[in-house]
Amino acid sequence: MSHMPNPPTTMLSISGVHTYYGNIEALKGIDVEINHGEIVTLIGANGAGKTTLLMTVCGTPQAARGHITFEGKDITRMPTHEIVTKGIAQSPEGRRIFPGMTVFENIQMGAMSCDPEYFDQDYTRVTELFPILKERQNQRAGTLSGGEQQMLAIGRAMMSRPRLLLLDEPSLGLAPLIVKQIFEVIAEINQTDNVTVMLVEQNAYHALRLAHRGYVLVNGKIAMSGPGSELLERPEIRAAYLEGGR
Amino acid sequence: MTKATRPPLNWLALLKESGVAAFVALGLSIVMFGLRTVDQQGGLGLQTRWSWVVLAVVSVFIGRLVLAIYRETRQPPHTYSGTQDSEQNRLAECVQKISKVVAPLLIIFAIVLPFLPFSSRYIIDVATLVLTYIMLGWGLNIVVGLAGLLDLGYVAFYAVGAYSYALLAYYFDFSFWICLPLAGIFAATFGIILGFPVLRLRGDYLAIVTLGFGEIIRVVLINWYTFTGGPDGLSSIPRPSFFGLPFSRRVPEDSETFHTFFSLDYSSMHRIIFLYFLILALALITNFFTLRMRKLPLGRAWEALREDETACRSLGINPTNTKLSAFAIGAGFAGFAGSFFATRQGFISPESFTFIESAVILAIVVLGGMGSQLGVVIASILLIGGTELFRGLEEFRMVTFGGLMVAVMVWKPRGLLAHRDPTLRLHAPDHTPESHKSNT
Ligand SMILES: Nc1ncnc2c1ncn2[C@@H]1O[C@H](COP(=O)(O)OP(=O)(O)OP(=O)(O)O)[C@@H](O)[C@H]1O
Ligand SMILES: [Mg+2]
Repeated sequence: MSHMPNPPTTMLSISGVHTYYGNIEALKGIDVEINHGEIVTLIGANGAGKTTLLMTVCGTPQAARGHITFEGKDITRMPTHEIVTKGIAQSPEGRRIFPGMTVFENIQMGAMSCDPEYFDQDYTRVTELFPILKERQNQRAGTLSGGEQQMLAIGRAMMSRPRLLLLDEPSLGLAPLIVKQIFEVIAEINQTDNVTVMLVEQNAYHALRLAHRGYVLVNGKIAMSGPGSELLERPEIRAAYLEGGR
Repeated sequence: MTKATRPPLNWLALLKESGVAAFVALGLSIVMFGLRTVDQQGGLGLQTRWSWVVLAVVSVFIGRLVLAIYRETRQPPHTYSGTQDSEQNRLAECVQKISKVVAPLLIIFAIVLPFLPFSSRYIIDVATLVLTYIMLGWGLNIVVGLAGLLDLGYVAFYAVGAYSYALLAYYFDFSFWICLPLAGIFAATFGIILGFPVLRLRGDYLAIVTLGFGEIIRVVLINWYTFTGGPDGLSSIPRPSFFGLPFSRRVPEDSETFHTFFSLDYSSMHRIIFLYFLILALALITNFFTLRMRKLPLGRAWEALREDETACRSLGINPTNTKLSAFAIGAGFAGFAGSFFATRQGFISPESFTFIESAVILAIVVLGGMGSQLGVVIASILLIGGTELFRGLEEFRMVTFGGLMVAVMVWKPRGLLAHRDPTLRLHAPDHTPESHKSNT
């Protein structure tokens, strides 16, 4: 839907990654490439390993085999808190905001790992994207609605000035109108703020329409990949993720 | 709240509930009150006190019944829990406003207390004791209230502080003003040593390991006779001086004491009052340090860690270091309090550092409302001052203590002053915040 950077250069490369939870092999050799400036979506059934892949990029759990490189640096064995300072931010599954803190304090927590000099500028930007956060800045985050909490989770992640943003099911449990709004903001973040996005979604239709490219994860393996619009046309995808699921 | 639709009291259920409680009380009190061993001429004899058992059972039955009726009549059976939450919050907002006024008043009161006409030596002694616990409560509040690490062995660091002070003074002849910071540093080091292996544990497991650590320190102190004096403890610990001026009646040659320097008549109260101000200063330092920390990124990270560790990690916070820092700082303050304790008592032994001390300090933090600085003050005054004033009822001390705990848990499950005030409040919605500039 939007222009692609020219020529595409790899930002994140995941190659041959296996991840285990104890004896359970959740990821069975994953290869994924994400280029600068892209929105890449990852779709798949419940339990396919989408969250696991996102978390493996962040280093909890770490990949047992394979390599993950970000902007040319190997981050496979790096502890999570260091990976974040390299320019990757995550809005985790289930939002995981700090419920007892105010909205503003949550946003401050996002800026923890970077220079305070940028705070004003970044805060203004985040409240431009999500004006509701400014209205609610003194409210306890736990009392926000589900949609507002999701916006807070994305806003908080944006405060660390990421170059790559990982989003895990931002549309979970939200009304269609809010989903549309959030997806518009994701597109805006991608284009205006020049942030590359890796998006995990159940809402395959919206996700594939938004994304430049998509991967389909089945049982810990990549089953299909290609441009979003192309995947959307595939009959097997329509059958498995679109018609039945909607 | 709707009044119309409340069902009539179900007396049968209430009586049954009270009956069950009374039965449990019966089971417990038979062994605890009913039978008592006494020394007799031919060895141990058994004495029975059935009236006590009857008293315990009847009072539990009535107490439970009253409580149950209160519960049934006060609250509609199925309240939306949110209302209670917001009610609590409204109350807490109130408390927060009041505490803005109360806190400075309390500090002023604490400063003038020794000079008030009714302040006898006894009052100042009790106040000093209460302040010691306030300081310990504030120190533990960093670990438990802010960072959310349940530490049941806090007294270990108190012991480390006290013994470091006594041993440094004994072996190296250091003065109080050198020993004090060293004791704090030693205790903090112990905090780090303990923290490294255990901080990957969570919740209950952490609590059990810290409990064990507290006991280990005590057992080592008891058994390392040559170094720590074992169960006999250490005595003639040097008294603090007023920046080099000792508080003694006899004036050593070519030097001065406190009363000669200030041309006062000698009075034993000088030292007592000095100790009082010393612990007041130490406690206030602890308080201001904590308040300041809460506004800094590290303090914020402690609180965030308590709420969600996974989220913290994905925001670039190193959980191990953050927890260690909370643990070490909390331990350091216990160390300061410990060296104060040593210098005040002049004598320390492992008996002063039993698990019950940890429990009391934790009770102060929990009763006050986790994370509430003013709550710690009120809980200390109630628990320490209260039990001190009712010394005559020594035998019922633990019962009162337990009763107080239960009462607070029933009526104020989140503690007396449970309220977290935001570290800063933004007013005009279109005004860009400035105070975060301190985020360096
Ligand atoms: N902490 C864990 N311990 C053990 N097994 C786990 C753990 N987390 C995930 N799994 C397993 O790994 C597999 C992949 O889980 P994952 O959460 O990655 O799925 P998902 O694709 O994100 O699913 P959903 O769409 O439901 O969120 C599942 O079979 C799950 O049971
Ligand atoms: Mg998932």
